[in-house]
Amino acid sequence: MTALRSRWKNAMTFSFTASALFVALVVTAAVLAPWIAPYTLGGVAASRLLEAPSWGHWMGTDGLGRDLLTRVLYGARVSITVGLGTALIALMIGTAYGLVAGFKGGNWDHLMMRIVDIFYGLPDMLIFILLSLLLGRNIGGLLMALGLVTWVRFARIARGQVLQAKEFLFVESAAALGASRARILVRHILPNIAGPIIVTLTFSIPAAILAESTLSFIGIGINDPYSAWGTSWGTLAQDGYRAMRTYPHVIAFPALAIFLTILSFNTLGNRLRDLLDPKQRK
Amino acid sequence: MISLLLKRAVHAVIVLWIVATLTFVLLRLAPGGPFDSERKLPPEVIANLEAKYHLDEPILEQYLRYLAGIARGDFGPSYKYLDRGVTEIISDTLPTSALLGALALVFALLVSLPAGLLAAYYRNSAIDRFCMFIAALGISLPNFILGALLIWFVALQLGLLQIGQWSDWRSTILPTITLGAAPAAYLAALLRSSLIEAFNEDFVRTARAKGLKEFVVVMKHALFNSLIPILTVMGPLGAALLTGSFVVEYVFAIPGMGRFFITAVTDRDYPMIMAVTLVYTTLLVGANLLIDLLYSYVDPRIRAE
Repeated sequence: MTALRSRWKNAMTFSFTASALFVALVVTAAVLAPWIAPYTLGGVAASRLLEAPSWGHWMGTDGLGRDLLTRVLYGARVSITVGLGTALIALMIGTAYGLVAGFKGGNWDHLMMRIVDIFYGLPDMLIFILLSLLLGRNIGGLLMALGLVTWVRFARIARGQVLQAKEFLFVESAAALGASRARILVRHILPNIAGPIIVTLTFSIPAAILAESTLSFIGIGINDPYSAWGTSWGTLAQDGYRAMRTYPHVIAFPALAIFLTILSFNTLGNRLRDLLDPKQRK
Repeated sequence: MISLLLKRAVHAVIVLWIVATLTFVLLRLAPGGPFDSERKLPPEVIANLEAKYHLDEPILEQYLRYLAGIARGDFGPSYKYLDRGVTEIISDTLPTSALLGALALVFALLVSLPAGLLAAYYRNSAIDRFCMFIAALGISLPNFILGALLIWFVALQLGLLQIGQWSDWRSTILPTITLGAAPAAYLAALLRSSLIEAFNEDFVRTARAKGLKEFVVVMKHALFNSLIPILTVMGPLGAALLTGSFVVEYVFAIPGMGRFFITAVTDRDYPMIMAVTLVYTTLLVGANLLIDLLYSYVDPRIRAE
């Protein structure tokens, strides 16, 4: 039994390490794309359309003769920016909102959480599409739209945590010692509720990457073909989808990149949740 | 019970009104209009079009006309489809989407219940690890990738099923799996952890001590008590199925409401966008209402409150 358990633990550690490495790889690709990409972003070789993977083009070429590896590397910029950006925007709005609601309590809390409930009950993909119509179909607009959809999760978690933390003795004693409300909130409550918020943060990154690539795949996501940021993996996958019958490599690589990135972030999130919340570990 | 239901219904109507208003405001603020095209139209033509669709009226009047239309179930004319009203398009396409969603939900339950039960009952065994490994993959696999993969493998490589048509039951197989896979994985993982908790509860030990058959203990005492977390996620899951359906409809070229929604977004066909948003929200709010009722059935403690 113990041998089995330690093997299970090893497997967990393996998947954790592999995920962390893959995330590091994607982030590196995102940051260093212009320097490590084998070809230039707009480089077209009209004589080499839809070539299968080879030593010259590790992932082959697309319908315009562009090197697919280069495009996938640049695509990491879109995904990482969207993932991290959304998570940070949602974190800031949601946590601040939840902290205030939980700390104020009473009617304020009731009203503020009613608003969150309404947001929570909406199909977020739909709201997200509507918002991106208003804010523009580029990275900036998409980030704002996704952030505005995701923040409610943070608000709920933060509020719930604050309600718990308010009962802690050290909070009571800080109040008795005459600490200001802002000081109690920032110095005593915030550090004690960070765990669940970090976990939510980790899970909201792959969720945002999934939403962005899905929308780009169905053609209503980022529409910014000349951006120096590169093209979304979702758009690359859509290009490949059209040619899938004869040239499956064009969809295979972007799809694999999306899947592995989401999988890695989810694995990291699960592991973090186990680490930060011992109650979950059974 | 009746007063609770009434309160919920009022809440639902308020949510719908807020969504209707928000969509209206958002789309009026959005840059670009439905009549922007590559070729610039003469100003007289624009004026006539705007008069036809009442876009020249003051914004408040437009808003009231829109609300009054919704109350009658009339979403007005589509900007793109000149021969059909929005209500007509929706009543033509909604059944298809609803069928797909229902099939996917059934599929998800049929897969996740046995998988979750097996994984929880034989905890830490090979079965458990296999189920949870598949579930982890399923949660992370976007449905458009799964759809493409299934089409490539089943239809193109094996030549088993026809794609690109929506006619008999065979054409529903791949879309159902595509849409239902992620919910199935999610539900299986959730059911497993909730069952493991239930197995450690006193009432399960009591049931066993009474000498009840193991099957009864698992199915009646443990499973029934683990259904509450499952019900809790049914709302968000319903939303995922709804919005997932338009991706799947796109991938498999199914003539459902979601595909019209995507076209409407690209075309900026505002009445169509607003209508689909409202229909989706109504479905979701209705589903949540239903779940609240189911709660009190599954958990008598809630009914007592």
